[in-house]
Amino acid sequence: MSAPLLELKGITRHFSAKRSLAEHILGAFGHASAQPKILRAVEGVDLEIRKGEVLGLVGESGCGKSTLARVATGILPPTAGSLAYAGRDVATLSRAQRLEYLLKVQMVFQDPYASLDPRMNVERIVGEALAVHKLAPRGDIAARVEKALTEVGLDPAYAKRYPHQFSGGQRQRIGIARALAVEPDLLVCDEPVSALDVSIQAQIVNLFLDIRAKRAMTYLFVSHDLGIVRHVSDRVAIMYLGRIVEIGPAQEVFSSPAHPYAAALIGAIPSLSRRKRSFEPIPGEMPSPLAPPSGCPFHPRCAHALPVCSERRPVLAPIAPGRQAACHLHAAEAAS
Amino acid sequence: MTSLPRDGAPPLAIDTPIRRRVLLLARRRPTTRGSLLALLALALAVMLAPLLAPQNPYDLASLSVMDNRLAPGEQGMGGITYWLGTDSQGRDMLSAILHGMRTSLIVGVASTAIALAIGVAAGLVAAQFGGAIDSAIMRLVDFMLGFPSILVALVLLSAIGRGVDKVILAIVLVQWAQYARLMRAAAMVERRKEYIEAAVNFGLPTRHIMLAHLLPNSIGSVLVVATISIASAIALEATLSFLGVGVPVTQPSLGLLIANGFEFLLSGEYWIAVFPGLALVALIMSINLIGDRLRRSLNRRAL
Amino acid sequence: MSTKKRDTALIEVRGLTTVFHAENGAWPAVQDVSFVLRPGEVLGLVGESGSGKSVTGFSLVGLIDPPGEIVAGEIRYGGEDLRTLAPERLRALRGDRIAMIFQDPLMTLNPVLTIGEQMAEAILEHHDESRSGALARAAQALARVGISSPDARLKQYPHELSGGMRQRVAIAIAMLNGPDLIIADEPTTALDVTIQNQILHEVQKLARESGTALLWITHDLAVIAELADRIAVMYSGYIVETGPVDAIIDRPRHPYTAGLLASAATHAQPGERLRQIDGMAPRIDSRPSGCPFRTRCDRASPACAGAMPPPQGDETHLFRCHNPLPAGGTP
Repeated sequence: MSAPLLELKGITRHFSAKRSLAEHILGAFGHASAQPKILRAVEGVDLEIRKGEVLGLVGESGCGKSTLARVATGILPPTAGSLAYAGRDVATLSRAQRLEYLLKVQMVFQDPYASLDPRMNVERIVGEALAVHKLAPRGDIAARVEKALTEVGLDPAYAKRYPHQFSGGQRQRIGIARALAVEPDLLVCDEPVSALDVSIQAQIVNLFLDIRAKRAMTYLFVSHDLGIVRHVSDRVAIMYLGRIVEIGPAQEVFSSPAHPYAAALIGAIPSLSRRKRSFEPIPGEMPSPLAPPSGCPFHPRCAHALPVCSERRPVLAPIAPGRQAACHLHAAEAAS
Repeated sequence: MTSLPRDGAPPLAIDTPIRRRVLLLARRRPTTRGSLLALLALALAVMLAPLLAPQNPYDLASLSVMDNRLAPGEQGMGGITYWLGTDSQGRDMLSAILHGMRTSLIVGVASTAIALAIGVAAGLVAAQFGGAIDSAIMRLVDFMLGFPSILVALVLLSAIGRGVDKVILAIVLVQWAQYARLMRAAAMVERRKEYIEAAVNFGLPTRHIMLAHLLPNSIGSVLVVATISIASAIALEATLSFLGVGVPVTQPSLGLLIANGFEFLLSGEYWIAVFPGLALVALIMSINLIGDRLRRSLNRRAL
Repeated sequence: MSTKKRDTALIEVRGLTTVFHAENGAWPAVQDVSFVLRPGEVLGLVGESGSGKSVTGFSLVGLIDPPGEIVAGEIRYGGEDLRTLAPERLRALRGDRIAMIFQDPLMTLNPVLTIGEQMAEAILEHHDESRSGALARAAQALARVGISSPDARLKQYPHELSGGMRQRVAIAIAMLNGPDLIIADEPTTALDVTIQNQILHEVQKLARESGTALLWITHDLAVIAELADRIAVMYSGYIVETGPVDAIIDRPRHPYTAGLLASAATHAQPGERLRQIDGMAPRIDSRPSGCPFRTRCDRASPACAGAMPPPQGDETHLFRCHNPLPAGGTP
């Protein structure tokens, strides 16, 4: 495999959760915890995205995958940890180099309605970064926009129209054209098809595959739709409560998941080939990222939990070539 | 499920400019059309007041005390018919009202425009930068909104004296805070949307994000409130002038006219106070009706 | 309740047509829709947005407000036509014999009442019972949908619960009075797979154990393949194909059904392009004449611009197409 294009080292991202009015008042009288609550969205994630690969990132709502995607693109600064783009620490980049990193790592968003400025026409939306950063002579911008629209399968004649005149699938294409217009190396896609109709989802997935083939594009593909992630990804990382619990080649992870959570998640994927299935739920609820459990974050719901699981948090360790899992069960196997 | 608009008319698109929105709504709603026409007529009459008015009511030389307190429709010494009567100084009420409404509109529009500019800028900065800047601006806003506006204006004008410019200053002082609060709230909602994240992802300058994205997308509801606030600014000016702290007596104002006519109200010379009052009501109502319709059209979009 | 006869129809819909009135005409959201649902049966109503699947669900229980209007068809339930039923009779049926679950649980949950208050209300509105008895039943219902410490939950307000928990409460409310039929409109679309599994687990148990029939409205064919007994596929207001799960998934006859199935990621090798249906579903006011799918269909012929063909096929597997796929073929 080739060198990492983007490398995340020990990325942590916390948010200070707003306290309710009642908590404020109690706090003022010395009651309750005076400290603001901390939402631990992402905790110490190491991840490398290699040039030319599609890395799938899956997990349930609240696991921190969207936050991690935003840290990777530079939209959100990390609370701790560092990012290296093409081998260079992003924090040490000059202004111009930082802009280059921002443009090279582009995001495709989930909501095709909120991700486009409703008061700008398509030409302005797609050409905005080119115009503001003077990346192309003013006269060439229309042509660049036209090229990007053609690449995503939209008629360039639509350039003067506004977002509301398009369907969800077309808007998502506009969002992709906007990203492609600045010639990125890495597309970070945050649930890019989950708001779309089934027949449109296939069209957009195909568009991503076409762009990959044509531009040798690298992807970080974030989704809760495991079927689609399985289809597009070379490698897949599974997140639970802000941490990666398993990572490895997609087909291996999906066919024989090692971490109990990964197994439960993958087992839950609905499939066209199963009929009259008896659905079996994972017991318990996803704990709140405001107060993650001690030890392994999954231990309260895990059928295989050992005493050690509630005491020590397992670290991500190799279990097979190219595969890592954070689970005491596998550490025990490796030791014996 | 395909949702069609409840009243059968296609909803206005989000990006319909306010100007076009008003025209479209006017075409649909007779009341809106009526108030729009009324406002246009009033504005025209007011702008052309010096030409339309039979006399210059504040040029003392052209007034004839002999014509004082004539009833509506009576003819004066000089052969002019006073359609709305005259006041105690022989001033033609029609001319005085036209000139007074001119002051009203100037004060209303100018103070609203200045307050809007200040408030929108403050709200936008608060929403964009958050933290200590946001807290500082919003505490000031809370402080300003904590006092009744009439009280603040009264105190201020008692201190700095009368005058159209000072009235405008007072109204700006009491009104900017509400725009700041509204603008901040609207901009905070927009700022969380993904298109703003996309702009950040493109490394666009903060100033550009604020002016090209946040401002146009969050100002709609503020503008609607501003239309209605023109009416309350006009009412506030009239009130201040009526109370004798607003526009000086040498200048026309509906509030002053009403105050002047007040003492004759009981002696049957109703026109001196009632006609300026009706003019004030007509002005405020037509502005309010338009603002109200605008607000409803924006609300429907939010649903 | 397991004594319900499982072979006779619980609800029978014939020729249902629901239109939306607009300035420029009345646009049909649901066109000539017919189906039968038996006790304990799960019917999956599958379609994309704008296909009329939700409007069909709303039409059954009289929840169509102007400018929408049911203009034709009958909905036979227990020997009566729900279309002609007095509004108060219909209201008495809703929430008791027929329950609805929406995609957004906040459509059923009242934000200013505790879970216990609204669940007790849902029982007391339809049954003579003591308040404490109703609360006890409410707690049981919460336990049934896998909610831990139900007595504590009864005292909470909807906003104190997570999305998945709220949806389970909404389902518990739907199940409270042991309904004959639950109409579920995309109830798990916004939820994660593990929570979806939990909910599917509960409703499946309900259908199997108490003979409640389910009309499960969704865009997700895979979920339906695993849950349903029969499937009806909707496109532009029509049921274009209906039949037993195996027939629809393994041997689809309508090109739209086949296209949807073929576009699923599981039907392609990883990394390969998916088979896609080009274009998008037409808007309600700009549907082509004849078969609305013909503009996206690779089997379309001139006949398709004529009339929409009537349902054809055998007794159980029906489809409306001039040029159906051959029987026994796989996509």
